[in-house]
Amino acid sequence: MKSLIFKTASTYLLPLLLLFSIFILLRGHYLPGGGFVGGLMAAIAFLIHSFAFGMKETQNIIKINPGYLMPIGLVFAVGAAIAPYFIGAPILKGLWFEEPFRFIGMVGSALFFDIGVYMVVIGATLTIMFSLTDTV
Amino acid sequence: MIVLPIIFQFVAGTILLFFWQKTTLQKFLSILFSIIGLGISIWLFLLVWENGIMITQSGDWKAPFGISFVADTFGVTMVLLSSISGLAVSIFSAGSMRKERLEFGFFPILHFLIMGLQGAFLTGDIFNLYVWFEVVIISSFVLLTLGGKKQQLEGALKYVSLNLLASSLFLIGIGFIYGLTGSLNMADVAIKLDNLQNRGLVSVTSGIFLVAFGIKSAIFPMYFWLPASYHTPPPAVSAIFAGLLTKLGIYAMLRTFTLMFGGDEFMGDIMVILAALTIFSGGLGALLQQNMGKIFGYLIVCHIGFLIAGLGMYTELAIMGTVFYLIHDIIVKTNLFMVSGLILKINGTQDIRELGGMYKNFPIISLLLAIPLFSLVGIPPLSGFWAKIFLIQAGLQTQDYVLIGFIVLGSFLTLWVIARLWSEVFWKNGIDLPKKANGLYFSQMTKTDQWLMVFPIVLLSGISLYIGFGAENIIILSQRISTELMDPSGYIEAVLGLKTMTP
Repeated sequence: MKSLIFKTASTYLLPLLLLFSIFILLRGHYLPGGGFVGGLMAAIAFLIHSFAFGMKETQNIIKINPGYLMPIGLVFAVGAAIAPYFIGAPILKGLWFEEPFRFIGMVGSALFFDIGVYMVVIGATLTIMFSLTDTV
Repeated sequence: MIVLPIIFQFVAGTILLFFWQKTTLQKFLSILFSIIGLGISIWLFLLVWENGIMITQSGDWKAPFGISFVADTFGVTMVLLSSISGLAVSIFSAGSMRKERLEFGFFPILHFLIMGLQGAFLTGDIFNLYVWFEVVIISSFVLLTLGGKKQQLEGALKYVSLNLLASSLFLIGIGFIYGLTGSLNMADVAIKLDNLQNRGLVSVTSGIFLVAFGIKSAIFPMYFWLPASYHTPPPAVSAIFAGLLTKLGIYAMLRTFTLMFGGDEFMGDIMVILAALTIFSGGLGALLQQNMGKIFGYLIVCHIGFLIAGLGMYTELAIMGTVFYLIHDIIVKTNLFMVSGLILKINGTQDIRELGGMYKNFPIISLLLAIPLFSLVGIPPLSGFWAKIFLIQAGLQTQDYVLIGFIVLGSFLTLWVIARLWSEVFWKNGIDLPKKANGLYFSQMTKTDQWLMVFPIVLLSGISLYIGFGAENIIILSQRISTELMDPSGYIEAVLGLKTMTP
């Protein structure tokens, strides 16, 4: 798209939306939000950027092949799922730190599961997007 | 740690995703992971065989509230069988699958499919069962359409639409269950359904489940999607579908109807009728077809009828026959589609009118292929024989003489089909076959690839022979399973924590 306003706005929107997506990801355990929504939001941030500057530029920003985000995210998720097993609890039990962290809030194995989902969603969405624009 | 097989397959699929383009490495890793997965299944099987039913409450939420994973003898046997089939298909596809398909992630999806199956076999929660069904279905959609030929997409469309319909019916059934009992844990539901006064509503719910699982396992009026889609993907994919996907429907039916709806008279009669019609129509369909893939597709339908027959009669002996047949059928049907794949690779066609001269040109391979074909028919002492004996015996006990007639008729139809196949493909003199198949012929492949295609057939034929000749062990196993299924109190007690075992 050739609009100057859109281009300028999207340079500012990309970091803002990414930050917001992380905010959504972190508040997801007790409040509306979570890995899936956060991941979609981050993918949309890249999508807007690619509308303004073209797919090549966006691929340069992301640097790694988004296809690899999927297995990395799956590793996070499965790690969070089996972590309780190593302290003798059944799988998928939520393990939490006693005290909330500054800025981040409560940290536990459920958060890592959400981070895994976040990465899988970004990876899947961007892969679909890139392969669609490749064929067009 | 009874969910270990599921988690292992998940990790295997994830690791394979990292090597997206490196197909040679993927082949090696997939075979390795399948062997380890088989080891884990054997371990779990032995553990449950020694200790009885084992439970994991995931997330440490106690039984009726959280999702329980239950490993009883039936579940772990199915896990073991799915691992064996998975290993065979993994080896077979390493030899036969074309590179373009492998680059689109065939192996990771295969492992996710096996994960879904094993999850379904181990879960003790009806909604979780639905989720595993979805995992299986989505993986199978991908496997079915991988390669994207026109014919494949056509088959996949029928498969997808019918299976989505079945899934939504299943979901509606779960909604009924939840509305009636307020619980989703199968053991808990079993107790609460037992105490319910409104038997009519329970029957209706079980009817919905029968239709949903019936579509998935291809019983009589709902089977037509199966022969229309199973011959379209590459034979390795058809093999895993034939061996395990329809049997997943049967598993779910056995589990829900023994545990939750415990021997409903009305449903039993309907099932017996459906079984007879399934046997009949599947057998006749197989007689009419000329394409080997379609013949085997109809034979799947025919033999699903035997499995439903046992469940319909609902005595301990009948369930035992069904379980024995299930064990035999998973191994043989997986093998059968690999056989058709091998014949396709050797001759370049699956049309039995054009095929011929196999016995003359490849005597040793032909003898090998005879084992799965004839144990399917049930020539004593091969594996299919024993299974049918128990079903017929059970029929004599409950005096379902018409059903026995249909079982015998089904066996004869199978014999007829296989005899026709044998004389056309193996004994008839071969004419010059059309050179139209794309990809390499068997004779042009490397020695390693040839071995990779033949070895899994040898493996599964060996297991078939063991089921036939070591039948006494399988009988003990299926007796124990049927006792557990017919008397679910042990299962219920174990799940609801009266004697919970921590992992």
